[in-house]
Amino acid sequence: MTAVAARQQVSLRQQVEEFLYAEAALLDAWALDDWLLLFDEDAKYEVPCNDVPDADPARDLMLIDDNYVRLAARVDRLNSRRAHREYPHSRTNHQVFNVRVQDVSAEVLSVTASFTVWRFRAGRTSCYVGQYRYRLRRSDDGFRIGSKRAELDMTDLRSVADVAIIL
Amino acid sequence: MSTDCEPWVTQATEVAPQLPIVVDEPVAQRFRVHRSAMTSPEIHRAEIERIFGKSWLYVGHESEIPEPGDFVRRPVGGRPIFMVRGVKTGNVNVFHNTCTHRGALVCRQDSGNSKVFQCFYHAWTFDSEGRLKGVPDRDAYAGGVNFDELGLKRVARVESYRGFVFASFDPGIVDLQTYLAGAKDYIDLVVDGCGGSVEMARGTNQYSFAANWKLLVENSFDGYHAESTHDTYFKYLVSIGTDLRGGVSGRAVDLGNGHAVIEYSSPWGRPVAKWEPLFGEDARAEIDRLRGDLVARHGEDRAHTMAEVNRNLLIYPNLIINDIMAVTVRTFYPPTPDAVDVTAWALAPSNELASLRHRRLDSFLTFLGPGGFATPDDIEALESCQQGFAGGGVEWNDISRGMGRSPMANDEEQMRVFWRRWQHQMGAAADLAGAR
Repeated sequence: MTAVAARQQVSLRQQVEEFLYAEAALLDAWALDDWLLLFDEDAKYEVPCNDVPDADPARDLMLIDDNYVRLAARVDRLNSRRAHREYPHSRTNHQVFNVRVQDVSAEVLSVTASFTVWRFRAGRTSCYVGQYRYRLRRSDDGFRIGSKRAELDMTDLRSVADVAIIL
Repeated sequence: MSTDCEPWVTQATEVAPQLPIVVDEPVAQRFRVHRSAMTSPEIHRAEIERIFGKSWLYVGHESEIPEPGDFVRRPVGGRPIFMVRGVKTGNVNVFHNTCTHRGALVCRQDSGNSKVFQCFYHAWTFDSEGRLKGVPDRDAYAGGVNFDELGLKRVARVESYRGFVFASFDPGIVDLQTYLAGAKDYIDLVVDGCGGSVEMARGTNQYSFAANWKLLVENSFDGYHAESTHDTYFKYLVSIGTDLRGGVSGRAVDLGNGHAVIEYSSPWGRPVAKWEPLFGEDARAEIDRLRGDLVARHGEDRAHTMAEVNRNLLIYPNLIINDIMAVTVRTFYPPTPDAVDVTAWALAPSNELASLRHRRLDSFLTFLGPGGFATPDDIEALESCQQGFAGGGVEWNDISRGMGRSPMANDEEQMRVFWRRWQHQMGAAADLAGAR
């Protein structure tokens, strides 16, 4: 890699990191309507079952497999007072690490990152650990999310009970 | 021996309690359960012995191990077990997962295929039929090694019905079909509705929460809570064009031996075979065709029951088969009085068309599972009940709903069926004098 290309890669990664940190801040602030605006209308949000991290939603059971319509419904639900598991809301802390951009020159960026999402509610602590896989489209003001997939490293959900929050 | 209310089971009844924890008053039309049933460590200990030690418990589905040497391991009744299809016999073998030498697990992966199971500790080796095949340095045993005696230990009883494999730790238990009693017909409805052959989709829901396991029994076929607890799910259905006006209506049926079912119509769609907007316009013809096939094979009445009627089925004590907006198979075990470990799968027709499978799974996870629009709120409700019990003050749960009428799906008769059997099996171990 030339020095110029290396600098470009670092610069792009920094832009992607800024974007992911901003997304995490929206989730932690429960600004879900604003968070939804980051997604394209053909976007997907997926969380595979713990035992099949490479699951294909067309064939395998997922924990979450939202198209834009269901993602919007998920946001509506979580904004209401009737999503009992999340009313009142948990405090969360979405932490993003090890950000890597796969192909700097591609039109749609494939990004992987590690995550730790801490969730605190009613005296209980839960921690989700895993890897994000994003497809990001460049836009005038930064990026748009084409897909977001959260693959969990925990072997099961015994310590966290559910995935009622957005990872 | 057998009692009036349990005609199919011939196990001896324990000594009757002086002050039963389950108080059934048919004349007063009142049914109460003392909350110590959900909180007492003594009750919990007795349940492990008298209920989980003496019932048929679900192990897994034969479709999970189609090929010789295929295996899955999982706890059953809290004990480490593995199920393997024998390479020689093709039989489904269910073994205690422990080396007969000094105890280490011999199967240390959740699933896979293997001809041999070698204990890594001292390298004793067993085959898929459980026979001991290899012992290093066997000359050191003066009298020789008795290979016949030292094979893997089979769980006392193993039988299957329509591919559902059950095991019991009680060698004297009645045979599985006798035990299943009226529940057999409902398993038939589910399997035949899927064209006669079913399998588990890849992907397992394994979650736990802080409530007594019997609250999950109640919740899994509680028609009464659907509208109040799951308001956001019904709102979602409306938002995609579902007509809720038909509501949820149907009946509860006592299937004998503690098993029960609610069967009812609902506004949601069913992959076999009731189209709703969730499935998309292009699925309409395929789902109509599936329904047509059922009519041709089973006649209009039975096809209607398979296609349009939902079933929330409890197979006592801890297996749920809910044939609703998809089919979920769910089993659970209480490590402590106030915690439950749940494992759930999606059941589907074998060789289902790819497009239909996708829609089935989509329909499943919209409502069901730890990321669905409903299950997390059920978890919240059950944990909330458990927290409510901790305060004391109120000693009894009321489960009388619908006693004065022919039981509806949103009544509580199906729960009373469970609780009566539970009290019977617990005998004097579920006695208020002891629990208080």
